[in-house]
Amino acid sequence: MKRLPTTWRDLARHPLFWPGVTLVLLCLVNVYFNRSFFAIEIKSGHLYGSVIDILNRAAPLMLVAMGMTLVIATRGIDISVGATVAISGAVVASLIGGSLIIQNGVQTYVSNVPMPLAIIAALAVALLCGLWNGLLVAGAGMQPIIATLILMVAGRGIAQLITEGQIVTVYYEPFFIIGNGFLLGIPVSLYIVALVLAIMLLLIHRTALGLFIESVGINPVAARFSGISARALVFWVYAFCALTAGIAALIITSNVKSADGNNAGLLLELDAILAVTLGGTSLAGGRFSIMGSLLGSLIIQTLTYAIYSLGVPPEINMVVKALVVFGVCLIQSEALRAMLGKHLFRTGEAA
Amino acid sequence: MRFSHHINSRTLPLIVTSLLFVILFGFGSIAYPSFFSAQVFINLLIDNAFLCVVAIGMTFVILSGGIDLSVGSIVALTTMVTASLVEHQHWSIYSVIPLVLLMGAAFGMLMGVLIYVFKLQAFIVTLGGMFLARGLCYVISIDSIAITDAAYTEISQYRIMLGDEVFISINAVIALITLAVAIYLAQYTRFGRTVYAIGGNERSAQLMGLPVGQTTILVYTLSGFCSALGGVLVTFYMLSGYGLHALGMELDAIAAAVIGGTLLTGGVGYVAGSLVGVLILGVIQSLISFDGTLSSWWTRIAVGVLLCLFCLMQRLFERGGTSFSALFAYWKKPLEPAGRAD
Amino acid sequence: MTVEPILVMQGICKSFPGVNALKNAQLRLFPGEVHALMGQNGAGKSTLIKVLTGVETPDAGEIRLNGQAISPACVGEAQKMGITAVYQEINLCPNLSVAENIFIGRFPMRAIGIDWKTIEHQAAAELAALNIHIDVSLPLASYPVAIQQMVAIARALTTEAQVLILDEPTSSLDEGEVERLFQALRQLKQKGMAIVFITHFLDQTYAIADRITVLRNGEFIGEYPASTLSRLDLINTMVGREINEASYAANSSAQAASVADKPYVSARGLGSTGGMHPFDLDLYRGQVTGLGGLLGSGRTETARLLFGIDRADSGTIRVDGHAVKLNSPRQAVRYGIAFCPEDRKNEGIVADLSIRENIILALQARRGIFHYLPKRAQSAIAEQYIEQLGIRTSDAEKPIGQLSGGNQQKALLARWLATDPKMLILDEPTRGIDIAAKLEIMELVKAQCKKGLAILFISSEMSEVLRVSDRIAVLRDRQKIGEIAGHDADEQNVFRMIAGAEA
Repeated sequence: MKRLPTTWRDLARHPLFWPGVTLVLLCLVNVYFNRSFFAIEIKSGHLYGSVIDILNRAAPLMLVAMGMTLVIATRGIDISVGATVAISGAVVASLIGGSLIIQNGVQTYVSNVPMPLAIIAALAVALLCGLWNGLLVAGAGMQPIIATLILMVAGRGIAQLITEGQIVTVYYEPFFIIGNGFLLGIPVSLYIVALVLAIMLLLIHRTALGLFIESVGINPVAARFSGISARALVFWVYAFCALTAGIAALIITSNVKSADGNNAGLLLELDAILAVTLGGTSLAGGRFSIMGSLLGSLIIQTLTYAIYSLGVPPEINMVVKALVVFGVCLIQSEALRAMLGKHLFRTGEAA
Repeated sequence: MRFSHHINSRTLPLIVTSLLFVILFGFGSIAYPSFFSAQVFINLLIDNAFLCVVAIGMTFVILSGGIDLSVGSIVALTTMVTASLVEHQHWSIYSVIPLVLLMGAAFGMLMGVLIYVFKLQAFIVTLGGMFLARGLCYVISIDSIAITDAAYTEISQYRIMLGDEVFISINAVIALITLAVAIYLAQYTRFGRTVYAIGGNERSAQLMGLPVGQTTILVYTLSGFCSALGGVLVTFYMLSGYGLHALGMELDAIAAAVIGGTLLTGGVGYVAGSLVGVLILGVIQSLISFDGTLSSWWTRIAVGVLLCLFCLMQRLFERGGTSFSALFAYWKKPLEPAGRAD
Repeated sequence: MTVEPILVMQGICKSFPGVNALKNAQLRLFPGEVHALMGQNGAGKSTLIKVLTGVETPDAGEIRLNGQAISPACVGEAQKMGITAVYQEINLCPNLSVAENIFIGRFPMRAIGIDWKTIEHQAAAELAALNIHIDVSLPLASYPVAIQQMVAIARALTTEAQVLILDEPTSSLDEGEVERLFQALRQLKQKGMAIVFITHFLDQTYAIADRITVLRNGEFIGEYPASTLSRLDLINTMVGREINEASYAANSSAQAASVADKPYVSARGLGSTGGMHPFDLDLYRGQVTGLGGLLGSGRTETARLLFGIDRADSGTIRVDGHAVKLNSPRQAVRYGIAFCPEDRKNEGIVADLSIRENIILALQARRGIFHYLPKRAQSAIAEQYIEQLGIRTSDAEKPIGQLSGGNQQKALLARWLATDPKMLILDEPTRGIDIAAKLEIMELVKAQCKKGLAILFISSEMSEVLRVSDRIAVLRDRQKIGEIAGHDADEQNVFRMIAGAEA
C-alpha cells in the first residue's frame, strides 16, 4: 500500500507528511526553550526525559484516538468516550480498591477483587457502552452525535453512581504498574499502546476491515450494494472505540491511583477528535490513518508540554487548541480552497 | 375531533413532555408534603432561569438543523468578563452588561460565519468556540472572582412579591421575557420562519429564495447572545465569575430542547417546549433533593434516560413519518376530489 | 397563427466539461398552451429548463420573453420575470404548514408580525382554485405527494407566473392524482398561462399536451402539434437512429443455443407497493434478457427488487429452483447475483479507493472480513481484469474516481466478474460513455453470457437492448406488459407494444 517516496513531491503528498512536519516543528520549539528536550537519561533503570514523559502522558489519548479514527472513518463520531473512561475507571477502581494489611508480619497489598478480574470487568463495561452506542447508531439509525450524546450525559452520572460520588482511591500497588510502571526501562503504558496498535494494524492490513471501513465511509450505498454489511461493521466499530476508551481508563486510573467520576477523561472525546483530524483523517469519513492519529495525539501532548515549558499557565492551552481546531478546519474547508483558487492547493479532485 | 386535529408528529412530543412534567410534579406533591406549593414551582424557574435562556438560544440553533457546543463556555466567559470588569476595573454594571451581551453575540456571529461561509461542520466550529471561550476565561483569571458590587448584589437579591408568600426573582422575569420575545421571533417574524425552513430542507429554502446564509449566521449570533444573557443571569445568581461555571451546560441545554420536543434533525419543535424541558430537568433535581436519600448524580442518569427515550420516540416518528402523518391526514380529511367545488 | 409566442428560446448552446449538453436547442411557448418537452435521458431537457430558470447560464443563444431579450442569472430573478418551475423532487419544506409553504419568503405582514390569518385564507383560496380543499394549517408532510406537488404548483402560481414549468411532476402520482393535476392545468391554460410539461409517460403527454417539442442529444429535433404526431412517430423521433447497422445485424438470435432449460432466477408475482406492479420474470443462464421500456417504466425498480435492495411486498423468487428471500444485497450476492447500478458515481464506485480495491471489493465482501485476499492476490486479480476488460489506466493503484466513465464501468464489471456470479444485472451500463467504450462493454456482456452467465440488461437505448438481448421483457408504467423473443424483435415491434392501445 505504501510505496517508498521517490521524490519530494511524493513525500509531501504522503498523508503523514503534514502531521509529521507539525510534530517536528513543535519539537524544535521545545528544544529552543529547553535544550535538554531530547536528552534521555537512565535513572534507576528507567528511561527518563521529556520525550518519554510526553509519550507516557499521551498514551491514553493515543489509545482513544485510535478507536475514534475508525468511528470517524465510517462517517461517525463518538462523543461519549470521556464518559466511558469515567465509567470504566470507576469500575476498576472500586473493584480493586485495596488496602495494606499485615499478614504474618509481612506488609501485603490486598485487592477487593482479583486484579485480572477487575480489569476484565472494566473492559467489559466499556465494551457494553460501545455496544449501546452501536445499537443506537447502527440499529436505531440515530445520528452518531446524538446517539453518543446520550451516554455522554448519563455516563458521568453512572460513574458517580459506581463510586458513590466519592473519589475512589486505589491502594493496591500491583495495579499502579499499568500507568506508572516500567518494563525494560520503558513505560508499561507504551507497551499497551504498541499492543493495541499492533492488533489494529493487523486487523486493518491483514483482514478486510480497513477496506470495508473505508468503503462504508466513502460511499455507504456502493459498499452495501457490493455486499458489505455496513450496519454490522458500524456497530462493531463503536464497540471497539469504547473498548479503547476502557483501556485508556485503566492507564488513567492507574496513573492517578484513583477514579473521579466527575473529572476522569474530561474533554477526552474532544482531544481525540482533534487528534484524529490533525492526523489527516477527514471528519467526512473515508480514508483514515491510524499512524496519523498517533501523530495527532503526540502533537497535542507536545503542544501542552511546550506551553508548560513556556511558563504560560496551562489553562491557556485551551485557547491554543481552539486556534488549532479552527486552523485545521479551515485548511480542510473545500469552500476556502475554492475561494483561494485551485492553484494554491493541489487537491485530488477528479472530474 | 378538534383536539385530534392538533395532534401530529410535531405536537405530540410537546404534549408528552408537558404531561410528563405534570406527572413528575404530581408525584412530588404526593410523595413529599411540602412539595406542592406555588413557591416550589416558581423556584424551578428561579433556579433554572439561566439554563432557560441558554436553552432558548440552543433551540433556535437546533431548529435550523445545527448545534452549538459553545454555549456553556460563553456563559462562563461572560461571568468572568463581568466579574473582572466590575470588581477589578470598577466599571458600572450598566456599561458592563451591554458590553458582555454584545461580546456574546459577536462570538456567536463569528462561529456562524465560519459555519456558513466556509461550510464547516457546526459541531467542530462550536467545539473550537467552546475551547476558545473556556480558555479565555483562564486568561482573565484561573480563580473565581466574587462580585461584591452593591448594585449587583441589590439586583441579585431583589424579590418581586406575588401575593403574600410567593416571590419571583429578576432572573426569572428576564427568562420569561426572553421566552416571550423568542416565541414572537419564532412564530411571527420572517427570520423565525426561515429558521424553520432551513431546518426542514436547506436546499428547498435556498430554492424558494430565502436568505439562508444571513439567517444561519443570525441564528448563531442569537445563540451567542442568549448564552451571554444566560451568563449575566448566572452572575446575578451566583455573584461570582469563574472559568468552571456552567461546565457541561451545553448538554443540559441540548437535553432541554430535545425533551421539549425539538427534533435534533431540525425544523420541528417549539421554543416554549424548551421551557418545559428546562422545568423537567429542574423538577427532577427538586425531586432528588426533596427525597434526600438519592444522590445528585441520579439527575444526570435520569436526564440521560429521558434524552434516550425522547430520541427514540423522535426516530419512531421520523421512520413512520410519512405513514404516521398520512394516517392522520387521511383519517381526518379524506382527499376530496373535484366534486366538492361544484 | 396570429398569436405571438410568449417565450422564445433560440440557438441555446451549453457545454459542460466533456459534454455538449445543448447544441442549438430551441423552444417556443404560446400563451394558453401546454407544451410537452420530450426526449430520452440526456437529451438536454433539464439543461434547457435550467437555462430558462436561471440555474445555468447558456454559452450561446437568446431567450425572449414577450419579445424582450432576457438573461436570468438566478432562480429569484427568473421568478420575478414570471418564470417559475416545479421540480420532480418537491422543493418545499415538509415541516412547515401547507399555507406557510405557499407564502414563505413573501409573507403578508401586519404591524405586529406575520399575518397568519390572511395567509391561511389566501392559501386555502389558491388551492381551491386548483380544486384542492384541504386543511392548510397542517404540515406539508402530512399530505400525500400528489397534494404536495399541487402545493408546489400553488406556490409557483402566487408568484404571478406567465410561464410555468413542470419537470416530471407526475412520476410519483397515481392516476387519480394525475387527473386532478391535469384539471388544474387545464384551468390555468384557460387563463392564458404557458405551461411546459416534462414527462416520460406517453399517455400523459397525449392527455394534456397541445404541442410537443422533441430534443435528442441536446439538439432540437422538431416541434409538432400533439394531434398530428402519432405515438409511434414520437417514439421514433425521440430515439432517433444512431445505430450503426453493421453491429445491428449481428443480432444475438444466432447464439441463443446453449440456454439451460431451467431458469436460474425465477420471479413470480414479484411486486412492491409504490414500485413495480407484480410481474413474472425468468432469467436463464447463457441468455441475455433485456428490459425494454421508456424511462420511468420500472426498469430500475425491477433490478432493485431482484437484487434485494427494495423489499418485495408480494410474490416469490426462486434461485436455481429454491425459494429464497432477498432482503439485502448481501443475500443476493450470496446467491450469485450481481448488480451494476445505474448511478455509477453514487451507488457504484468508491471514488477514493484504488482500482484494485474497487475490483476486489465484492469478492472480499463475499469471502468475509477475515478471509482477506493477500495484496499480491488482489493485484493479480486486478491486473487480470484490467487486461481482460481493457481498462485504460497507468496502474491499478490509481483512485478509481480519476478514470473516465467507461473505464469506471469496466472496473465495476470486473468487481462482479471477480465474484464469479451466476447472474448479472446491468442497469444502464453504457450511460454517459463514449461510443467506442459502449461497443466494448456490449461485447464484454455478450462474451460473459456465452460463458453461461444469466444477464439482465437495462438500457434507455432501445437499439442496444435489441442488439444484445435474446429475449426482451417490455415494461410500461411500472408493469410488465409482455415478452418478445430477440429474433422477433425490432424497434418498431417493441415501440408498438409500449405505445400500446393506439398501435
